[in-house]
Amino acid sequence: MSHDLLEAVIILAQLLLLLAMSFSIIRMLRGPRAQDRVLALDALYVNAMILLLTIGIRSNSLLYVEAGLIIGLLGFAGTVALSKFLMRGQVIE
Amino acid sequence: MIRRWFPHPLLSALLLLIWLLLKQSLAPGTILLGALLGIALARMYDLLRPPRARVHNFHLLGVLFVRVTLDIFRSNLAVARIILARNRSLNSGFVAIPLDLTDRHGLAVLACIITSTPGTIWVSYDSSANILLIHVLDLADEQVWIDTIKQRYERLLLGIFQ
Amino acid sequence: MNHLDALPPWAAILVAIFVLLGALFAFIGSLGLLRLKNFYQRVHAPTLGTTLGTFFMLAASITCSTVLHARPIYYEILIGVFLTLTTPITLMLLVRAALYRDREEGSLDVPHNRPGE
Repeated sequence: MSHDLLEAVIILAQLLLLLAMSFSIIRMLRGPRAQDRVLALDALYVNAMILLLTIGIRSNSLLYVEAGLIIGLLGFAGTVALSKFLMRGQVIE
Repeated sequence: MIRRWFPHPLLSALLLLIWLLLKQSLAPGTILLGALLGIALARMYDLLRPPRARVHNFHLLGVLFVRVTLDIFRSNLAVARIILARNRSLNSGFVAIPLDLTDRHGLAVLACIITSTPGTIWVSYDSSANILLIHVLDLADEQVWIDTIKQRYERLLLGIFQ
Repeated sequence: MNHLDALPPWAAILVAIFVLLGALFAFIGSLGLLRLKNFYQRVHAPTLGTTLGTFFMLAASITCSTVLHARPIYYEILIGVFLTLTTPITLMLLVRAALYRDREEGSLDVPHNRPGE
């Protein structure tokens, strides 16, 4: 009984996270300015990482959590580079 | 001599720990490589000539940690309520806060606290006038926010770092 | 046979609550990204996902694998540590970049340079 509940909740959570990702994508497409798009991309990364964690809980595999860690780190590097670019027009000075 | 090779022993140990966690093994080769990385990266960090952090009061550090965790919970709920409320006229804006804190590590910790807490974000800091600019999502009264930051966080940080 | 069936009922319910709360906070954060009116308001929204959203989901993952003795939980801890360290840095850099751009354009919505800044 409680296991059916858990299964249902995990699927619901995944749907919510997919919606959250689509909200970020809508904001990324709509802009209006470059900083809004970068912010939306950052939120997209984080949502994707949380989604991978739920898949990891469901499948009991370390691989998904590892992938989540890598997405988190790459998202950080990407957003920092984009912010630098917005500020000065070049990534490395 | 020891200082030359281990300028930041804590940083080296932390890097070794993260390396071991990432590799998920305790094989001698892994430990050796991790230790080499830890020492080399700490020496590279030393080339930047970072100012040394002196934590005077570990008890206050614990107090600060608990307080920040609770505040993050509370303001998560507050920001969630703001987002879910329909058509509410939202008054948000910038607040300039004159600071007494000048220690660079203290300022860095303050920046992380303010930005990690939903609803407030660190915008810029003027080091000559020692004035901090933050942006607040739900701004009712500027003076309340100035007092909150100064009373809740800055006083503790002054005790810890200065 | 699913590995989640091996969880005792109390743990299953606890994990369910954590998963739901985590997803809910991340969802509200992204909703705010869509709903709030200008950039400086929107920048507050994703913090929900990076603080409590991730916190609850990591708690669910840790509870699940600790109760089952299934796999080590180091990666969850590392994600938590990295995220708490990196989120403030990205957001601060982004806000600084936005402020710089707005000041360049002479926007009236942002406070302007004082001498010495």
